[in-house]
Amino acid sequence: MLPLNATIVRINEDSPSVRTFFFDPQFETMKPGQFVMVWVRGVDEVPMGLSSKNSITVQKVGEATSKLFELKEGDSFGLRGPFGNGFSLPSKGEKTMVIAGGVGAAPLAPYAEAVRNAGSEVHTVLGARSAGDLIFEERFAEAGEVYVSTDDGSKGKKGFVTDVLSSLNLSVYDRIAVCGPEIMMASVFRLLEDRKVLEKSEFSLHRYFKCGIGVCGACCIDRSGLRVCKDGPVFSGVQLLDSELGKYMRDASGRRVKI
Amino acid sequence: MYTLTGLKLKNPTILAAGVLGTTGASLCRVAREGGAGAVVTKSIGPTPKTGHSNPSMVKLDCGFLNAMGLPNPSYPSFLQELEIAKKDSGVPVIASIFGGSPAEFKEVAEGLLPGKPDAFELNVSCPHAEGYGAAVGSNPCLVEAITAAVKDIVSVPVWVKLTPNVSDITCIGNAAESGGADAVVAINTLKGMAIDIESGYPILGNRSGGLSGKAVKPVAVKCVYDLYTALEIPVIGVGGVSSWQDAVEMMMAGAAAVQVGSAVYDRLDIFSEISTGIEAFLQRKGYSDVKELIGLSHEMV
Repeated sequence: MLPLNATIVRINEDSPSVRTFFFDPQFETMKPGQFVMVWVRGVDEVPMGLSSKNSITVQKVGEATSKLFELKEGDSFGLRGPFGNGFSLPSKGEKTMVIAGGVGAAPLAPYAEAVRNAGSEVHTVLGARSAGDLIFEERFAEAGEVYVSTDDGSKGKKGFVTDVLSSLNLSVYDRIAVCGPEIMMASVFRLLEDRKVLEKSEFSLHRYFKCGIGVCGACCIDRSGLRVCKDGPVFSGVQLLDSELGKYMRDASGRRVKI
Repeated sequence: MYTLTGLKLKNPTILAAGVLGTTGASLCRVAREGGAGAVVTKSIGPTPKTGHSNPSMVKLDCGFLNAMGLPNPSYPSFLQELEIAKKDSGVPVIASIFGGSPAEFKEVAEGLLPGKPDAFELNVSCPHAEGYGAAVGSNPCLVEAITAAVKDIVSVPVWVKLTPNVSDITCIGNAAESGGADAVVAINTLKGMAIDIESGYPILGNRSGGLSGKAVKPVAVKCVYDLYTALEIPVIGVGGVSSWQDAVEMMMAGAAAVQVGSAVYDRLDIFSEISTGIEAFLQRKGYSDVKELIGLSHEMV
């Protein structure tokens, strides 16, 4: 598949460092948790989780995302995808917990909406550094109950998502979907393991991608050898037992870098 | 069991270099879940390289176009991955290496020896890395010198992977043989390019790259056919093999074994599928040994 030409139709400022780019075309059949390869022509191509059928939500972190932030409505970029496996959807009547940290809320907002549309109750624990960094709080609130945590205490509980989770009864949920910074996901992973609910969980991983289509092997994780781009990016908690999660990841050359 | 340059393979399908070979765990998965008879690592060089910017690989209607740019962690960092692959894959592990000179090839081979690779594959054929790969692999004198330099310091088999982007691939094959190669591997990707007509930008981050997949199979079959005639040493066929029929065709052209790369896109167990298919074919046609297929077409005149 060659890159599609995506024209920016609207840009939303979600926080000082996060923007949502709405584009034309729409991916009608996308599953929440799937990603697209976003090609900022002449610069680089990077993976981004879809935050809706026709949007990506981007944190400005490097060269490609900085260039993306210079684009205006009417400008375009290349898009390949959607790729990978999304979060699994519940059956009617099940209860789902969504745990989102920072820009990790991007693939989880459409998931929470899909869960509600499937007739399943959804509760969200949403964390960020401070009140201004909370992403998609309204979308999660629209879908169900939201518990907020901020590192600085400017909104909700002061601390991390795990501080909110420690006071919740997790055994009532049939599914737990997690996405956020790796340190946060590793803490959540340990907490879910302690509470013996890991088998209900799914995590969306972020790794350096080269091909993005499951051939090159740059994004394979230890010790399973699973490809994040094709076998993931969403993995069950059980698949991540005894894995590199929270310990290290590989850089573009394949060297292990401690987290 | 099937013997290739002294290595014992449970079947004649081998994971090609540059595919799912960056980590030990991934190589083990290809061997165990995929059913490969042997695995070749990502090409490893003297210093860490991040490779070209993305897009580094795109799927076309007729195959794949890629320009990875030899990303690799360098031999000191790759040793631990090689050790994992050796310990847990259960199949021969071939270390693919590259360098810009005979001395660099020697340095990398020497550096990986503690990981005990079962063989080395010399990448003198990557079409899109300046100063490496095909830049050295289109010069017969250099290919002979590089092969001889590595043969000089290792006691395991040395395979040399050839580029089709030359006027006569047998000339390079002969040079590898003269340098002491135990086998040649043909072919690496064909130079290619794709352009995004909406913007005019070449799609690959490196602007151009190498073509693999279905489109290159007839080119690979012809190269293998010619090399089989020209050389004494085994030829390992690679290029667009994505079914057992492709593998049989490659073997009839003269391939002693086949490597599979891009076809892992469709399914990881392509290796099992191919080896089972070959077995069934042998039975149906009444061949007693897969070796009877090798070079068969040369006799059909």
